[in-house]
Amino acid sequence: MSEREFWPEGVERCELGKFLAWLGFISIFLLWGLYGAYKVLGTGIGVTALDNYFGFGLWITFDLAVIALGAGAFFSGFLRYIMRIDELKNIINLAVIVGFLCYSGAMLILVLDIGQPLRAWFGYWHPNVHSMLTEVIFCITCYCTVLIIEYVPLILENRQIAKNRFCHHLAHNFHVYMPLFAGIGTFLSTFHQGSLGGMYGVLFGRPFVYREGFFIWPWTFFLFVASAIASGPAFTMLCATFMEWITGRKLVSYETKKLMGKIAGLLLCFYMFFKIIDTYAWANGILPGMGLTFDQMYNSAFGYGKTWLWLELFWCGVIPAIMLVTPAVRERPALLYLAAILDCVGIVINRFVFTVQALAIPVMPFDQWFSYFPNWAEWSTSLMIVAYGFLVMSLSYRYLPIFPQERALNR
Amino acid sequence: MQQMEFKVKWGMVIDLDKCTGCGACSVACRAENNIPPMVDASNKLRTTDWMNIYELNNGKAFPHFEVAYLPRPCMQCGKPSCSTVCPVVATTKDEEGGIVSQVYPRCIGCRYCMAACPYHARYFNWFDPVWPEGMEKTLTPYVSARPRGVVEKCTFCHHRYNAAKEQARQNGTDPLDLPEDAYIPACVEACPSGAMVFGNLNNPEHRVSKLAATKYAFRLLVRLGTDPQVYYYSKRDWVRQLGDNYLQKELKGGEHV
Repeated sequence: MSEREFWPEGVERCELGKFLAWLGFISIFLLWGLYGAYKVLGTGIGVTALDNYFGFGLWITFDLAVIALGAGAFFSGFLRYIMRIDELKNIINLAVIVGFLCYSGAMLILVLDIGQPLRAWFGYWHPNVHSMLTEVIFCITCYCTVLIIEYVPLILENRQIAKNRFCHHLAHNFHVYMPLFAGIGTFLSTFHQGSLGGMYGVLFGRPFVYREGFFIWPWTFFLFVASAIASGPAFTMLCATFMEWITGRKLVSYETKKLMGKIAGLLLCFYMFFKIIDTYAWANGILPGMGLTFDQMYNSAFGYGKTWLWLELFWCGVIPAIMLVTPAVRERPALLYLAAILDCVGIVINRFVFTVQALAIPVMPFDQWFSYFPNWAEWSTSLMIVAYGFLVMSLSYRYLPIFPQERALNR
Repeated sequence: MQQMEFKVKWGMVIDLDKCTGCGACSVACRAENNIPPMVDASNKLRTTDWMNIYELNNGKAFPHFEVAYLPRPCMQCGKPSCSTVCPVVATTKDEEGGIVSQVYPRCIGCRYCMAACPYHARYFNWFDPVWPEGMEKTLTPYVSARPRGVVEKCTFCHHRYNAAKEQARQNGTDPLDLPEDAYIPACVEACPSGAMVFGNLNNPEHRVSKLAATKYAFRLLVRLGTDPQVYYYSKRDWVRQLGDNYLQKELKGGEHV
């Protein structure tokens, strides 16, 4: 049996040699990351650039960023299966795989990031119900399971695997119950996206991130949900475009991309409206109440200047929000993609400042600013996760029928 | 968040006008609590120092320049920012005495508590501890040595509290009504200038509660709502002002809140 017979029906893929060379290139990063992971797990987290001042760094920023960008999975699933927006069927498979990669990648990073990975199950055994992180542990692990359940039928749809009657019927039945999983995924994902924001909002010892809120949830809870669903669809759409650029084939119709851009744009407008109000209230209410000023929260000499704020809120916030809700902009691919990139970059900056800048700011008046820059051990392992994503996505693209429009678009 | 009230609340008052910054408290703490020596301690953001000593100054030029030294143990906050966020209940404030615990065998090393603590009182074990040959014989048998990957912090020498309560039971007295000085941490015992006073803040007979009630006593970052059980004492206005953050308009007349 030739390798071609594992491809989805009626599509073209590159030669096997070329594909293997591509996998070899990806493996360079995988191997480098595996070496970093070996050093971290074998020697201790001391091999990183983290310290007692910056207990959180690149890894947590990476986790929060990919979890936000991976929100395209749950939100597209919600719109497709619960709200019945039929157009999204063209991209929902990709959204599921991107979501799975983002969440499983985040969990792999967490294995390295927590000092005692063998005790990770303590989150279930000794849960502190008052901790937002407990809720994050519950929801992320459960949602990752849901994503696996959503990914499995795609694997079973491989041309050769589907010839097996059991696999064929199993995949069919998974699809029948998919709205149920989409609903569970929406519930779980909404809560942990929020709890990730709540994790920071409850830190009343950290003036940069502390927020008041509604009942037990600080405003950051809601802002993190909003920012995730504002960037997730844009990221999924960018992934499709990036895959088209690499493979040279049309995979998703531009109409679907425009719809994803419109959804992201509307949600980004919603998010930015409340984010700007939140920032104003923080600067004029919370900070003065703590005896601090807005200016004290920024220090460009250490790399934490107000440039980040402008980038996050204006250049990568307000600007892409306006662009994405403007129909004329969405009609032009270059502008649509640029706006989507800015949207995603803005959310990554948000996760970065909440994670790292929050810790860089001295709270005791006699304390001082410090800088943090990740070292090779953190970069290599983070890139390993990116490479893992490329690897799984490459295999999925080559052997699984992810894109229902591919045949028609490439006739 | 509901704050737990205790009959006994162990606290400390550190007189910054008496502290010379000699570091004896810090050394005693390291020896008592089995903190391993580091091969390379040049990166101060990586060193473990439960009793870290900060140097403060009034920002003026000579001859008006003044310094003060501020030893900083765990504040044993009445409303801890750390214990509420721990996902696995590895740090709690639920025992009579009001000491914030740290359960090393349960800590998963997520470092969320470190991110939560504005005092930098928590330390992570970046590597496994290495004891120079022979030094392991000097370890305190009542204090666990910590493996890599867990967070640790000052416990007010909680093992000494246990020993004092045990002694009280043997003497037939109430372990929750210990006499002054029946239990003091290693740092207080080692302080050569008598700058550190320790006792039950809820017992009006204890020196610590009397000092904490004076107008020269202050605590660090009370505006955040942490309600620390460690007090500082200074008759110098500028030292007290460095205890918290104040807006310019709040500092008129050099007063502190």
